[in-house]
Amino acid sequence: MELPPEFAAEIDEVITHYPVSKRSASLPLLHLFQEKFGFISDEAILWIADKLELQPINILELVTFYPMFRRKPAGKHHIRVCRTLSCAMGGGYELFEHFCRKTGIHPHLEHAGGVNGHGDPISVSADGKYSIEFVECLASCGTAPVCMINDDFYEGVTHGEASALLEKYP
Amino acid sequence: MPSPLRQPHPRETRMIFKNIDRPGWKNDIETYLADGGYEEMKKAFTMAPVDIVNEVKTSGLRGRGGAGFPCGMKWGFVKQDGPKPNYIIVNADESEPGTFKDRYILHQDPHQLLEGVIISAWALNVHLAYIYIRGEFPDAARIMERSIAEAKAKGFVGKNVLGKNFDLDIYVHRGAGAYICGEETGLIESLEGKRAYPRIKPPYFPAVLGLYQCPTIVNNVETLCHIKHIIRMGGAEYAKLGRPNNTGTRIVCVSGDVVSPGYFEIELGAVTFGELINDFCGGMKPGRKLKAVIPGGSSAKVLRAGEAYKIKEKAGDGTMVEKQIGLDDIPLDFDSLAAVGSMAGSGGIIVMDDSRDMVWVLNNINSFYAHESCGQCTPCREGSLWMKKITDRIVAGGGVERDPAVLKSVADNIAGKTICAFGEACSWPTQSFLAKFPEEFQAKSKKPLPPPMPPEYVAEEVVEHETVQTVQGARGAGIMAAAAGR
Repeated sequence: MELPPEFAAEIDEVITHYPVSKRSASLPLLHLFQEKFGFISDEAILWIADKLELQPINILELVTFYPMFRRKPAGKHHIRVCRTLSCAMGGGYELFEHFCRKTGIHPHLEHAGGVNGHGDPISVSADGKYSIEFVECLASCGTAPVCMINDDFYEGVTHGEASALLEKYP
Repeated sequence: MPSPLRQPHPRETRMIFKNIDRPGWKNDIETYLADGGYEEMKKAFTMAPVDIVNEVKTSGLRGRGGAGFPCGMKWGFVKQDGPKPNYIIVNADESEPGTFKDRYILHQDPHQLLEGVIISAWALNVHLAYIYIRGEFPDAARIMERSIAEAKAKGFVGKNVLGKNFDLDIYVHRGAGAYICGEETGLIESLEGKRAYPRIKPPYFPAVLGLYQCPTIVNNVETLCHIKHIIRMGGAEYAKLGRPNNTGTRIVCVSGDVVSPGYFEIELGAVTFGELINDFCGGMKPGRKLKAVIPGGSSAKVLRAGEAYKIKEKAGDGTMVEKQIGLDDIPLDFDSLAAVGSMAGSGGIIVMDDSRDMVWVLNNINSFYAHESCGQCTPCREGSLWMKKITDRIVAGGGVERDPAVLKSVADNIAGKTICAFGEACSWPTQSFLAKFPEEFQAKSKKPLPPPMPPEYVAEEVVEHETVQTVQGARGAGIMAAAAGR
């Protein structure tokens, strides 16, 4: 796997944050790869393992353990809706279904990303523009229901605002 | 949608949250310095490290992350001049459902946290500290990284802090969506680049065998912010805030069925549930009555409105008298909530009104824990999913008579049988909901027990056939079908 030099430099810089053990850099490196390529490929796992002098399984087991990492590409814009109690009481399930309807993703939880709607595999709309995931508590329970689109956080989202958000992320 | 700046409630004591929603406030270092920031750090650097630890001990500060462990005692386990290096990890993995306080500190007042970390590093002779921020806070991670760079430029972080022979590096480490990373030993495993499987205590008390098997102090964001104020006021003066053994202020986060949910910084024990809900949060939604409160994050045991709770109180002559009070009169502090059989936990208060179906609420909580169990210990990995499946079935209308008893038995067999406290965290909701609202569970679990397998099957056939059709509704869509045909 050939990496652009500035990306490789960024990786080397991150590894210096862990002077005691390079292995500690595995999570940050996975984040960098996912930000850069959208998902964690087999090649990425091999490359990171090689870089940190680990076995590939040491990296794969992280990808399968931590819910934020995915092994398939998400949509161009990735939507995360909070599922947990305070948001659910404030309309989180309805918001999730609204996003599904608007993006043409099957709203049935079992189809919207595997068991419980938690994104494995990620469910992507037919045009590839959006993917949606039902996630656990995003820690803003007082402003339910909340969601994230890519890295941006939105709180107290009404259905009207949700539709407007989709236009903001074409 | 950016939330409007909210005015603090007049009965709040804003110390940690002084700068949150403050008009004109920016989260850069210049704003913080202009407001007298980093003065306590300078003061702390003139003090002997051991004196700082003693001030924290005197202050009676208890951890704000969930367990409420005395911070000074935790610090006391670490030697300033031990043979191994010491580390500090800031636990910014705020992920207990109902809790949303650290989010605001990280986003709006990052330098207050950094000042707390620097003071703590000086007190504990730490030269490397990590801030473990949950993966869902990408902005907070960027803000913290920028703040560390700003502090470095001022000479507060890096080589020779404040011109002293003292080096300190602070780095941000991002999690990736796993709740279990909020457990301190799980967090350490995660920071070592592994799956966040919690370690067994003993021997792996972080203060003795923590990060890279070295002494490590893991403190919550809010706890570390208090350090600065303890230095400012002095431990004894700080201890006058709140009540004995429950000193200082704490941020409570209210969510659920109240008119205006939000965060409030209150003196511990100074406010009761009734005051919090009716006075601070504008009461219940119109026409609704209070039904139940989860007082300290979703794992805390639920409290039912209208029930009498017993707490002990000091009478005028110094003797302890037992008093019966209602839910409205329970003061918000560590000991009172423990006395009524729940816990103050992380300060996340979830309020539910009389329109809520308690089976549905428990099912939502069970789904959370089933998803978040790390899978290391069998009782928790299997039990959390069983509890979810049973409540799934009851919610969908397929509850059988035996379900409440089976639920309780599963929960009872998780708590106390796991490596970390997640076992308790996932069984307490089930145990407490069943104990406080038995009639709701019974009313929904009315179906007679179905036969375990169609009777026409004999053992040989089971072996011959690859799949055996068992009772309808065993999983997934079947539940919905069973419910529809009810």
